[in-house]
Amino acid sequence: MGHQTALYAKHLESGAKIVDFGGWDMPIQYKSLIEEHTAVREKAGVFDVSHMTIVDISGPDAEAWLRYLLANDVARLKDTGDALYTGMLNENGGVIDDLIVYRMASGFRMVVNCATREKDLAWMQSQQSGFTVTLTEQPELAILAVQGPQAIDIVLEVVSQRFSADDSARVSGLKNFSSVELDTWCIARTGYTGENGVEIMLPNAEAPQVWDQLLAAGVKPIGLGARDTLRLEAGMNLYGHDMDESISPLSANMGWTIAWEPAERDFIGRKALEKQRKSTDKPAKLAGLVMEERGVLREGLRVECTLSNGSTEDGIITSGTFSPTLKHSIALARIPADTQHCAVDIRGKLLPVRLVKPGFVRLGKKVFI
Amino acid sequence: MSEFPDDLKYAATHEWVRVEEDGSVTIGISDHAQELLGDIVFIELPEEGAVVTAKDEMSVVESVKAASDIYAPVSGEIIAVNEDLTDAPETMNSSPYSDGWLCRILPSNPSEIEELLDADTYAGMCE
Repeated sequence: MGHQTALYAKHLESGAKIVDFGGWDMPIQYKSLIEEHTAVREKAGVFDVSHMTIVDISGPDAEAWLRYLLANDVARLKDTGDALYTGMLNENGGVIDDLIVYRMASGFRMVVNCATREKDLAWMQSQQSGFTVTLTEQPELAILAVQGPQAIDIVLEVVSQRFSADDSARVSGLKNFSSVELDTWCIARTGYTGENGVEIMLPNAEAPQVWDQLLAAGVKPIGLGARDTLRLEAGMNLYGHDMDESISPLSANMGWTIAWEPAERDFIGRKALEKQRKSTDKPAKLAGLVMEERGVLREGLRVECTLSNGSTEDGIITSGTFSPTLKHSIALARIPADTQHCAVDIRGKLLPVRLVKPGFVRLGKKVFI
Repeated sequence: MSEFPDDLKYAATHEWVRVEEDGSVTIGISDHAQELLGDIVFIELPEEGAVVTAKDEMSVVESVKAASDIYAPVSGEIIAVNEDLTDAPETMNSSPYSDGWLCRILPSNPSEIEELLDADTYAGMCE
């Protein structure tokens, strides 16, 4: 038996199929992955993501340390509650993890992946010399992601039952990638689905009741299976699949998360990335693939890429699935930067696929051309 | 819980076989198999007229989660395939033992049917 979140009994009540996920007993699906996926695109769904690791950073050097530790720059978080997505890199520029960091009323908060918890914490501990910071894990907090076109309205109902009208107004006024602390709760306009919605960090003891209230308001429970198809439709990376310690953010569609300016800010991995950026040998890129014919693109499949000089080189699918929204297959693939067109090797047959920017569905609609 | 009808025979690779009055056999995948696969989105149907050997791959079922080979439970000629699955592969999820059948085979070696598992043995294997 693995670790269980505060909502484990609730998952069983909803008929979840439970699997081991990074040492946690988590719901992979309740009844049907496609029904869950569609509920998030059309109405609202709730995900228990309490298995993810919350680390609070305090101390006089918290900001300076995070500006050294992370490739994106927390100095860009102007207001309390602002959040950003970033990679945490090693000296070679490889991605140790991807995470969201929030500026809190006191200090900062990071939410990192569950499977990378130990190595992340060890890395953070090892990079503290010269900085006065304190790291505090928050295992007593649950995280609920409520996502979908109706998600925010329903969350506002739940919030209004617990907090004042002013507090509700602060939640309703949240912009994308901002958050608000209400007592022991933190509500953030973030997510992993390409829909509007929030992620709520709240005490474990309150999570089951909130879960019940959300379900009673018509929100569907969503398992990890649909979490994966939703994030892939949104073109979002999954750590350990689309990137890892051997992959540069420049080869993982994470270039936008690197804050190059101010040039004098030294962050871990900067030198390696600058070298890659200046090199004439362009690094491989993470591209979107679309296959409208029958069949499903899967992680690990070989991609035969034709370059501008007519030669071919292999790429690889890092994440692939059937898109329940688009009714055909989509994938992310790491391919040579100079790829002109490509085909995927499915059981020995080379099937032509379309190259698009990573990102397939946003707010319920197809986004690529 | 999964259903395991008594009147069928099963392969350890999760196909079911029903012997018809004319001596042909109808084949599909078990309720347990469709549950494991989850939402089925494509089926590469076997080819009508093809001759298959027991335990050889004859079809591929793709769900959102995984691609899974379907093996011929017996040797013989494929005399019919369920074309309806092309447009409605989810029928294999909703009705694995009836409308979701995959194909019919005219067995070339009917003794192979006897080697398949009965419902209780197969159900025990799926526990």
